[in-house]
Amino acid sequence: MNDTINIVIAGIGGQGVIKASDILSEAAFTAGYDVKKSEIHGMSQRGGSVTSDVRFAKKVFSPTVPPGEADFLVVLADDQVEINCHLLKKGGKLITSKDIDLSKIPNPKTLNTALLGALSSFIGIPLKNWEEAIRKLLPPKSTDMNIEAFNMGRKQ
Amino acid sequence: MTNKFLLSGNEAVAEASLDAGVSLGTGYPGTPSTEILEHFAEIGGKAQWSPNEKVALEVGVGAAYGKARAIVTMKHVGLNVAADPFFTAAYTGVDGGLVIVSADDPGMSSSQNEQDNRHLAEAAEIPMLEPSDSQEAYDFTVKGFELSEKWKIPVLLRMTTRICHSKTIVEKKIRPSKGYSNLKFVKDLRGKVMIPSNARPAHLRLREKIAELAEFNEESFFNKVEKGLIDTGIITSGISYQYAKEAEPDAGILKLGMTYPLPFDKIRSFAGKYKRCIVIEEGDPYLFKSIMAAGIEVEGKHDIFRLGELNLKRVRKILAGENTSEEIPPCGKAPQLCPGCPHKTVYEALKKLGCTVPGDIGCYSLGTLPPYEAMDTLLCMGAGITVGLGLRHILPEEKAMKVVSVIGDSTFIHSGITGLVDMVYNRPPTGHVVIILDNNTTAMTGLQEHPGSGRDIMHNPSHQVKIEDISRAIGIENVDVVDMLKNPEEIEKIITKRLSEKKTSVIIARRPCVLSVKLKAKI
Ligand SMILES: Cc1ncc(C[n+]2csc(CCOP(=O)(O)OP(=O)(O)O)c2C)c(N)n1
Ligand code: SF4
Repeated sequence: MNDTINIVIAGIGGQGVIKASDILSEAAFTAGYDVKKSEIHGMSQRGGSVTSDVRFAKKVFSPTVPPGEADFLVVLADDQVEINCHLLKKGGKLITSKDIDLSKIPNPKTLNTALLGALSSFIGIPLKNWEEAIRKLLPPKSTDMNIEAFNMGRKQ
Repeated sequence: MTNKFLLSGNEAVAEASLDAGVSLGTGYPGTPSTEILEHFAEIGGKAQWSPNEKVALEVGVGAAYGKARAIVTMKHVGLNVAADPFFTAAYTGVDGGLVIVSADDPGMSSSQNEQDNRHLAEAAEIPMLEPSDSQEAYDFTVKGFELSEKWKIPVLLRMTTRICHSKTIVEKKIRPSKGYSNLKFVKDLRGKVMIPSNARPAHLRLREKIAELAEFNEESFFNKVEKGLIDTGIITSGISYQYAKEAEPDAGILKLGMTYPLPFDKIRSFAGKYKRCIVIEEGDPYLFKSIMAAGIEVEGKHDIFRLGELNLKRVRKILAGENTSEEIPPCGKAPQLCPGCPHKTVYEALKKLGCTVPGDIGCYSLGTLPPYEAMDTLLCMGAGITVGLGLRHILPEEKAMKVVSVIGDSTFIHSGITGLVDMVYNRPPTGHVVIILDNNTTAMTGLQEHPGSGRDIMHNPSHQVKIEDISRAIGIENVDVVDMLKNPEEIEKIITKRLSEKKTSVIIARRPCVLSVKLKAKI
């Protein structure tokens, strides 16, 4: 079970944290992994902290990433790094907006897919599964923009 | 690959309901249950939001009396509201299939308490299924209908936040059903009319059914034994199974999927095989106590693990027999009322006027947090009005005249109307002032429609129940409607005026929720 990849995506409500974890888990799923994804939702109001856990491997049991055991922590809002860094394991990889060139993303709303791009270069999910997931889960008129952001993030 | 999907537990229940030929889905929104009915409606099921959970369950029972399959969804506290029909529907039983979903919220991610509704299945003597992932949410829903029809009894599908909201892979194994055609009501006075002389034999029949179900459960599909490599056996159910399996992969496991009535012979023979047999369960020690009461010696967990959700770390501690105090994770940012939220101006006024504000549940509960700190109580849905009445009755006059109840529009329809009736019938000496925060939606749980919004679950037009008409019909003396978009400054003046009058007053502060306006623009 040690081969399980544990990822936490964090940010503020309204930033697309859940959308990002949906895309990630869909990509892992179509790539043939067992996937579990978990978050708490329900509150409509904006501005609260949000995290979403994604785990994939040949076989996954718990849907949540235990604190201190995340291999990757992707944070969409810089002020959320501090409260979430305890989730990361020793030697785990933190990915934030600092890892990409913000001036190059097509639209601030695509920060979530740009950071997924950055994450994608560390995990072995084929590019075609990422693209498929983005096309499936985002509205058609924004997919090109998001794929551009994803590729931009991936190249960094 | 084609028959596999990545689904949340809620989506899985909805898909299973459609595939099992459910004729009607009813419910009232409540995290973490809401998406079941929403998804069921989206994929083409006949679904409807009820004004509250009691209505939802009664309508579902009616459908199942007519031989249909019906699903009724609610959060855990919703089952308190629906408890009255729940208990007696066990006596009458059903002719079709009735699955009732209770979505419990251990850890209270979005609830006012963390009650464990497994007790309610036992108390009402209703068979209970507990899925441990989306696959089982799907399978148990389908099998739940079969069970319900075979034993002519409602079935409780008890889920928890992590099962409802986690996405896991589901393989659909059955072919979608085309629905049922021989729907009819068969007259059966003794079976369906629960006057005492009929209810006494009905209770006896229920005991017999439960005894048969217990026997059935000994070998049922719902429970699984996994052989271990070490001398520890774990008895578990629901999400706890996943944590236990990961924490101690070498242990033997008895995973219980049907947790009322329990298969005690199976449990006894499992427990007998291990030197150490431990129960891993989230919430109350429901399994532990039941198993011990049956004379089977097992180990439980320390009381601190009764609070909150379990997770892998906590289960490792339980297995290690530790009860050390737990590290508290750093607090995130609390949610806030959205910019432009219509509730804000009302709280600014209430704060300024120094009112005592018995409140209620919804987005507007955030009025209790800084910068407002202007909502003083939150007990359960509907209690904003009635707790206010209690205070009005006993406080000295000048204090009583500062009491203002606040309640949302969806909450008002859910359980506020009877409070208004009490307000005119048992009128406090100083009268009372109620503010209904009418944002035209059930915002808190994700913007669901309700009878007062005038649209159905799919956002199509339906009859609109008008809050001002209800208030007037009940006999409230002053009914004011304030347009919070055009004249927000009016609200403070009106509150001040009505507080000085010793009359019964309802002030409807009306302006659509900003998020719902955005949603409507998209549809
Ligand atoms: C018995 C019960 N059912 C459901 C819920 C979940 N719930 C809490 S508040 C609420 C309704 C909120 O709508 P509204 O009163 O219109 O306020 P808004 O959020 O729109 O401001 C719901 C469904 C609950 N807490 N208790
Ligand atoms: S979702 Fe609507 S009601 Fe809730 S805080 Fe935002 S604007 Fe206000």
